[in-house]
This record gives sequence, structure tokens and C-alpha cells, in this order.
Amino acid sequence: MMEIFDIYLLEAVINGVLLGGVLALLALGLNLIFGVIDVTWICYAELVMIGMYGMYYLVQYYGLSYYLAAPLTILLVAAMGALLHWLVIAPLLGAAPINQLLATGGVLFVLQSFATVAFGIDFRNLGIRLPVLQFAEMHFSYSRLLSFLAALVGMVVIYLFMTRTYTGTAIRAIAQDRQIMALMGVDTKKIYLVTSALGGALAGLAACLLVLQYDVHPFVGLSFGPITFLICVLGGLGNFVGGFVAAFLFAEIISLGGLFSDLEWGYVLAFAFFIVMMFVRPGGLLARRS
Amino acid sequence: MSVRQFVPWIVGAVLIALPFVYRDPYHLHIIILILIWSFAYTSWSMMGRFGLVSLGHGGFMGVGAYVTALLWNHLGVSPWFGIPIALVCAGALALIVAYPCFRFRITGHYFALVTLALSGIVLQVITATRDYTGGSLGYTPDRTKGSHLVALQFDDKTTWYLIALGVWVAGLLIWRWVDRSMDRYALEAISEDEDAAAAAGVNVTYEKLKITVISALMTALAGALYCQYQMFISPDTVSGIAVSLQMVFAVVVGGIYVALGPTVGAIITILLAEGLRIGFGTKAVGWDNLVYGVLLVVFIIFLPKGILGSLLARLKSPGKPQP
Repeated sequence: MMEIFDIYLLEAVINGVLLGGVLALLALGLNLIFGVIDVTWICYAELVMIGMYGMYYLVQYYGLSYYLAAPLTILLVAAMGALLHWLVIAPLLGAAPINQLLATGGVLFVLQSFATVAFGIDFRNLGIRLPVLQFAEMHFSYSRLLSFLAALVGMVVIYLFMTRTYTGTAIRAIAQDRQIMALMGVDTKKIYLVTSALGGALAGLAACLLVLQYDVHPFVGLSFGPITFLICVLGGLGNFVGGFVAAFLFAEIISLGGLFSDLEWGYVLAFAFFIVMMFVRPGGLLARRS
Repeated sequence: MSVRQFVPWIVGAVLIALPFVYRDPYHLHIIILILIWSFAYTSWSMMGRFGLVSLGHGGFMGVGAYVTALLWNHLGVSPWFGIPIALVCAGALALIVAYPCFRFRITGHYFALVTLALSGIVLQVITATRDYTGGSLGYTPDRTKGSHLVALQFDDKTTWYLIALGVWVAGLLIWRWVDRSMDRYALEAISEDEDAAAAAGVNVTYEKLKITVISALMTALAGALYCQYQMFISPDTVSGIAVSLQMVFAVVVGGIYVALGPTVGAIITILLAEGLRIGFGTKAVGWDNLVYGVLLVVFIIFLPKGILGSLLARLKSPGKPQP
């Protein structure tokens, strides 16, 4: 009896790591936007939802192969990210920060109800069932493994982009000092737009991976949106490494909590953990500020 | 000036007399909903006006509604006791979440995100305990036969109208009380600069906690009343992020810094939703939120003070540019 229990535990731990990959990807996108533009996209998870619908329609309706549909979806969501910045955030850059956040809340409403009106409230899935990997009496879904690896690759690509290209360097510089970079001859507006598109692309990538594991419906964003926000706050908004660590911590809590009870309780546990952590490390997991 | 002093009394008398003169049940129903939601929106703007943007009020409202209904159905506790218990629960939840936030100076974006997660979590809990709460299918308090004072269930709309009116007026009085207290100045100072306020002797954490708990209690009361009036609650109508954002939207549209702003917001949003529902029938599902969302973005960009706020500002000083 004890042995079986341990196997389940190990399985849950490993599944948590796999879940952490996608959560880390989501947190990275949100952190990128916050770090550079100082705006929080409340509607971030809804962008993912739209991306998931994009995948669904491209694969199921137009009959594209998954690997052809994925880049198209990423492009689509990236374009939406840029559009969101251009239409909503840019006019509000001078306003109080909280107004920008609320405006993206309005966009959340728009995207959610747009999906309800356009796609209906049925649950839909790709119809792709990837095999289940069996290893030493433990079961892992292949799709989770795939998304974990893809998320890692995505993050490495972003890292290389940020450190090895001019645009990436400019983005990091703006994150450090918003005012001075304009004087250094960097076109802030352009960098903001690029960053927004990049954040959108990350949401698109997450959408391609999540659609393998979950059915898509207009409110799917609500099931992982809040957890992403918690991860970002716990890691310290704008702190990439902190968000990464926090994502895996949360994924473990959700996965292990789900082992002992329903998945929803895993979320509640994660929230409780979050409250406790705020007492212990209020500035975020890896706070540098004193 | 003497005429203006009488205006609130005349308006009050007209509002009280209304259900005895005008008896169209549908219109009364709409007015009751407007009053209950106005109260909820007012309670949100109690803290929203001081820059404490909470997206967790959907959570408080859900606690108010569900705790009252669950106590009545499972333990047979009358709402007269159930509502205070629900308020205590909501207040405790507000304390647990808000204290670390304020103590460790989680403000602005951070605060909005933490409270956003809170409303998401309350939604998850209601869904997870579906054996008791009915999950996403919703929940109905057990009906008594006819009107029943102990069960706080009334068949006639007039009683509900008067209750909702009373609560709405109470909300406005609390607003006025805060508006005239020292806390208001303390909170305004805090919203400008926390360090400076603390240096001037303001107990930042205490002041913020106080207004947050008041706001959460009022919101929970609104949730409980909504539950008792509608006799049906579901996670989507009384809790979750959508409800939180709906509050923000109504208040922003009506005007966040004026007492009657939330009420104006409630009138506009509810009439809008009803208008769409009547005009388009079942096709309108989703459309009302679509319109809400677009309007919210447009208002924040072009009219951040809201309709009533901008109107009053224009009336008060026509020539002067507004700060």
C-alpha cells in the first residue's frame, strides 16, 4: 500500500514540474509586459483563450496540421498583443497606472463575450489524443511532456533574444529606466509595440500547448488567469527569474493538492500558500529591493 | 439655498411613495435590482475612490450570498442570523487578504492582482464544493410558503422595494459619513503618498484596513440581499472576476468620486443589459458584456471621471480647467 502511494506521489511531483513549464511561460509573458511597459494585462489569459480557439479552428475546421497551425496562432496572438497596446494601452500611458489595468479589464470582458457570441459556449477540443507515456508504473501524458519541452525552448529563445539582439537589449534597458532610454535614441514607442507583440506571442505559444491538454471554452481563461497573476506577484512583478521559480512552486502545490483532493482545492491551497508567503517574503520570492 | 435643503426629503418621499402608486411588477423588479446593485457598487467605490482598486469584491459578494443561503438550507439558520454570520465571514476574509497586502505595502497593480486572484479563488471554492453549493449550476434557498419574516422571503415587490431602498440610503449615508470624517483625509493622503502620510502621523495600515473591511461588509450584505431577493444564486452572478469587473465598470461609468456616481452607473448598466435582453432576446447572451467591455475601455480613455463626475465638475466651475 505504502509503495503505491509513493509512486502516485512521485507521479504527482513530476506532473507538477510538467505543469510548471506552461505556467512559467505564461508568467514570463506577463512579466515581460509589466517589466517594460509597467502595465498589467488583466486580459492575458483571455488572449490565450483566443489563441486556443485559433488552434481549434485552424486544425478542426481548416484541416491544417498541428505544426502548421501553431506558428499561425502565435502570429495571430502576437498581432493581437500589438493591437491591444496600440488601441488601449498607448492612449493611456500618461494616465494613472490603475486606469490601464482597468482598461485591460474591459478588454477581458470584450474578449470573453466575443468568444461567447462568435464561438458559442460549447467545450471544444482539437480531437488530437496523444498517447500516455508509461514509465515504472507511472503515467504521464505525452502532451504535458511536449508542452513542458516547448515551454522551455520558448523561454530559451526569449532569453537569447533579450541578451543577443539590439532590440532585446533595448527592451531590457527600458525596463531599467523608462525615461533615459528615449534620450539615448531608442524609439520607446516601437520598443513598447515589439514587447507587446512578444508578450502576445508567448500567450500564443501557451495557447498552442494548453489546447493539447484542455478543452477550450470562452471562460477557460478564468481557470488559469488568477494563478498566473499570483505567480507573477509572488515572483515579484517584472522579475523573470522569480516568476520562473514561483511557477514551479505553484504547479507543485496544485499538482500535490490535486492528488489528495479535487483540483480546485489545489488552487485554494496555492492561494493560502501565497498569503503565507506574503508575510514571509513580501517583496517577492527573490526580492532585491530592501 | 433653502429650496436645496428640501430636495433630499422630497426625493426621499417620492421614492418611498413610488411602489404604492406605481405597481408594474416588472418595472419595480428593475428598480429593486438597480437599488441592490447600486449599494454594491457604492461599497466598491468606498475604497476605489482612494485608489484602492480591488477586483476581489466579487468574492465578498459571493461569500455574503452563499453563506447566508447555505446556513438557511443546511442548518435552518434564519437569514436574520445568517446575514451577520456571512458578514463576519466576508470581513474575516477581507482581513486575512488585506492585512498582509497593506502591512507589506502591496499597492496598485499588486493589490489589484492579489484581489483578482481572491475572487477567482472564491469562485473555485464554490465550484469545488458542488455537493453543497450546487457548483456552477447555481443554488436556491429553500422556499417557505408565501411571505415569511423569519426566512426573509417576501412575495410582494413592495416590501423588497422598501428594503432595497433602505439599504441603498444606508449606503449613501455611510459614504457621507466617511466623506466627512478624518479618515477621508487620511486615506486621500495615503493615496497620494504613503510615506508622506505615514510621516504625518497617519496609521496607513489601519486606515486602509478599516475602509477595506467596511467596503467588504457592505458588499457581502449586497450579496446576501441579492440572494434573498432573487432566490437563485450562481457563481457567475454573485462571485468571480466578471462580477468584480462589472462593479468597476459601473462605478467608472457613473463616476467614482461622487456619492451618486455608482447609482448612476447601476442605472445605466442594468438598463443597458435589460434593453439588450428585450431587444435581442436570447441572441443577446454575451452581447451585454461585449458592450460593457467596449464602453469601459472608452470611458477610461476619454471620460475617466464618469458621467456624473464630469457633469458635476462642469456645473461647479464652468470656466476653470479641472485638476
